[in-house]
Amino acid sequence: MSIAFPAPDPAILARRDEILAGLARLVHPEALIASEDERRAFETDGLTAYRRLPLAVVLPSSTAEVSAVMRYLSGQGVKIVPRGAGTSLAGGAIPQEDAVVVGVSKMARVLELDFENRTARVEAGITNLAISGAVGHESFFYAPDPSSQLACTIAGNIGMNSGGAHCLKYGVTTNNILGVTMVLLDGTVVELGGQHLDSAGLDLLGLVIGSEGQLGIVTEATVRILRAAEGARPALLGFPSPEDAGACVAAIIGEGLVPVALEYMDKLAIEITEGFAQAGYPLDVEAMLIIEVEGSDAEIDEQLRRVVTIAERHRVKTIRVSKSEAESAAIWKGRKAAFGATGRISDYICMDGTIPTGQLPLVLQRIGEIVQREGLRVANVFHAGDGNLHPLILFDINKPGEMEKAERAGEDILRLCVEVGGCLTGEHGVGIEKRDLMRCQFDESDLAQQMRIRNVFDPAWLLNPAKVFPLDGRVLA
Amino acid sequence: MTTITPRDEQEACAAVAEAAAGRVPLALAGGGTKAAIGRPAQTERTLSAAALSGVTLYEPAELVIGARAGTPLAEVEQTLASRGQQLTFEPIDYRPLLGSAGEPTIGGVAAANLSGPRRIQAGAARDSLIGVRFVNGRGETVKNGGRVMKNVTGLDLVKLLGGSWGTLGFLTEVVFKVLPKPERATTLVLRGLDEAAAAAAMSAALGSPYEVTGAAYLPAGLGGGASQTMIRLEGFAYSVDYRGGELRRLFRRNDLDIVEGEANTALWRGVRDVAPFAAGISDEAVWRISTVPTKGHHFTELVARDVSCRWFYDWGGGLVWLACAAEGDAGAAIIRAALAQTGGHATLVRAPAEVRAAVDVFQPLTEPLRRLTAGIKGSLDPVGIFSRGRMYAGI
Repeated sequence: MSIAFPAPDPAILARRDEILAGLARLVHPEALIASEDERRAFETDGLTAYRRLPLAVVLPSSTAEVSAVMRYLSGQGVKIVPRGAGTSLAGGAIPQEDAVVVGVSKMARVLELDFENRTARVEAGITNLAISGAVGHESFFYAPDPSSQLACTIAGNIGMNSGGAHCLKYGVTTNNILGVTMVLLDGTVVELGGQHLDSAGLDLLGLVIGSEGQLGIVTEATVRILRAAEGARPALLGFPSPEDAGACVAAIIGEGLVPVALEYMDKLAIEITEGFAQAGYPLDVEAMLIIEVEGSDAEIDEQLRRVVTIAERHRVKTIRVSKSEAESAAIWKGRKAAFGATGRISDYICMDGTIPTGQLPLVLQRIGEIVQREGLRVANVFHAGDGNLHPLILFDINKPGEMEKAERAGEDILRLCVEVGGCLTGEHGVGIEKRDLMRCQFDESDLAQQMRIRNVFDPAWLLNPAKVFPLDGRVLA
Repeated sequence: MTTITPRDEQEACAAVAEAAAGRVPLALAGGGTKAAIGRPAQTERTLSAAALSGVTLYEPAELVIGARAGTPLAEVEQTLASRGQQLTFEPIDYRPLLGSAGEPTIGGVAAANLSGPRRIQAGAARDSLIGVRFVNGRGETVKNGGRVMKNVTGLDLVKLLGGSWGTLGFLTEVVFKVLPKPERATTLVLRGLDEAAAAAAMSAALGSPYEVTGAAYLPAGLGGGASQTMIRLEGFAYSVDYRGGELRRLFRRNDLDIVEGEANTALWRGVRDVAPFAAGISDEAVWRISTVPTKGHHFTELVARDVSCRWFYDWGGGLVWLACAAEGDAGAAIIRAALAQTGGHATLVRAPAEVRAAVDVFQPLTEPLRRLTAGIKGSLDPVGIFSRGRMYAGI
């Protein structure tokens, strides 16, 4: 338990009944969660090692209710922790004892589909996958696809600027949102952007996306929807070394191919998933790539032919080119099961740094050394096209000290990502998890500038206040 | 008017700190080719990035290029072309429209969020911009983002600086994501469609699985005799051939031509750089309007009821370039009243200084957004020395 939370404000804790009564006047009774049992469901998120029971939880069902709740709580000086589905791996939605959780999960409707303009207007509590589900009958989809997409909300995606496996071609959340309705701390409702391209004035929409619930609560969004490609098929390639796999990725991109997915798995990740999913992955290679391309059948064949030709120049040992949907599913089966399979054999923490892809072999070697130093093991799963690294550090939570060792190794891996020119977090966000590492990546003047901008929206630091910025050295309004 | 041309970041910091201490307003500039966009400057000095030049990072295999802010755009584009790559957002060159001289810089591209026809498919400049270094109004250097395309560490000030027109910070270095240059490009030109039919055709093309990278419409008289609806495909030759065939089938009932090669490049350069209204051809006021693509022609219909004007469309109908007499408010009130119905925003990109002083050049802000905009400006530039009033009076 190395991450600190600020001490709760006793004056707020003492006024709990009064605050609950105030909230009860603003929302339907079922929207207010007060009992300890029910609040337990909200005490953590995807970073389950850390838990704090919130003062109360409100689940409004309209922008107007969110506005009323925000106006009331900010007027009372009560901290607010915004929440989508609570899947954050960075602890972005973990509450604190003197804060009220304001969740948007009950606001999950599709408001408008406009295929002609390729947009969808949704309430922010809708799940990521439900957007694609709502437009799939017209062969459209919403592109960013974080691996939690079945559960995570677009509100949370906007908060964290979530990515996914297809970012190289389709970008991340910020590239796929045209507008939002946002409630400011004092209850004011603003529209940022709209259904048109490029919002007017300063790019406040760009600032809000990825702001981790510190600037306001997004209640609705207009998202870009895209017509799906005619088809997509992967090839699986096994290599004798990470260097060969890395050089192959560089050559593919160098020749002008932009695969829609370019996934890397190392030997341990292959072994773990093969033991669980029996996807037929090669066990005699040190590194494996899954490369997926899109288009018509003939276009796919031609692109995969080029990919294989390049791979053959880089000592490829195993080549499996999918010819059918069934073969594609078999190739993806293992990769998609990677985290779950790892969870079956061990406790693990999933890191999320990004590195310049040219540094891959060096970084993998140093990750191995860092984890070995702690006496642990690591499986590497990696979005190789964009450099987003997900080392899974395996440990045994029942062995005293192992979780601390894993956290220490994780921190060192993130420092390494910054050292080689990358960043602390590629798609999960800072939350509490990487909050205290921010000075590895930023100078004081960098952080101070960000905090001064934060102060414009929340001068009293009531919105998700324990996140993103180190607790010491804060620049207050 | 004096121009300060710092040779490195430290000199830039010193120049800004000195100006801040003396409360001396600064116009921020790269090559100065877009100085005539915005409300007329209330500045005595120009702080120029012209001497901050040179590519600082180029990794073709990582699809990333970084350069000091004053690096000529042409140099960045040539560097990329030498490895078969390009800036995917196809930045507009404003010189023909504004009749300005000088070299556009890569920092200017970022500061003005300049995108061209491919924006409809590949995103705006701000979508490719992944890292910045800048000097804030306190004379401190600030960095944000970086050289990797997936980066969610801290607040995204990269987006905020992109398109801030020199009002928030003095950019010293920018990093862009890049993509391969397509092997082949081809354009289907449908002749003689009216505006509603053209909007529907462009929607159908953009909603197809063929990754159309340009969809523009020139009304009759602007680009020749009959109206032209232009639909562009780019990519590997085998792919463009196949997709072109599919689109021809989709539009088999239309009178259509295929344009390729140099003619195709020139066609889209004309759309990108607003050639129909170029200085020397036209002395009208020119508006740039972003609206909902299928509502573009409703917008022009509303405006044309009360204002004599000409226009054409890019971005599938969502970007309207509109020219009208540079008199009075240059149609501002009517244009913005029309936008209240269709959604979107309008920027007066070309007009005499006295017109730009009298009307809102950028879309007026609602009160809460004006408060946030002023607050953000103050947080970056507390004394208010950077291009003050360029976007909004008093900010």
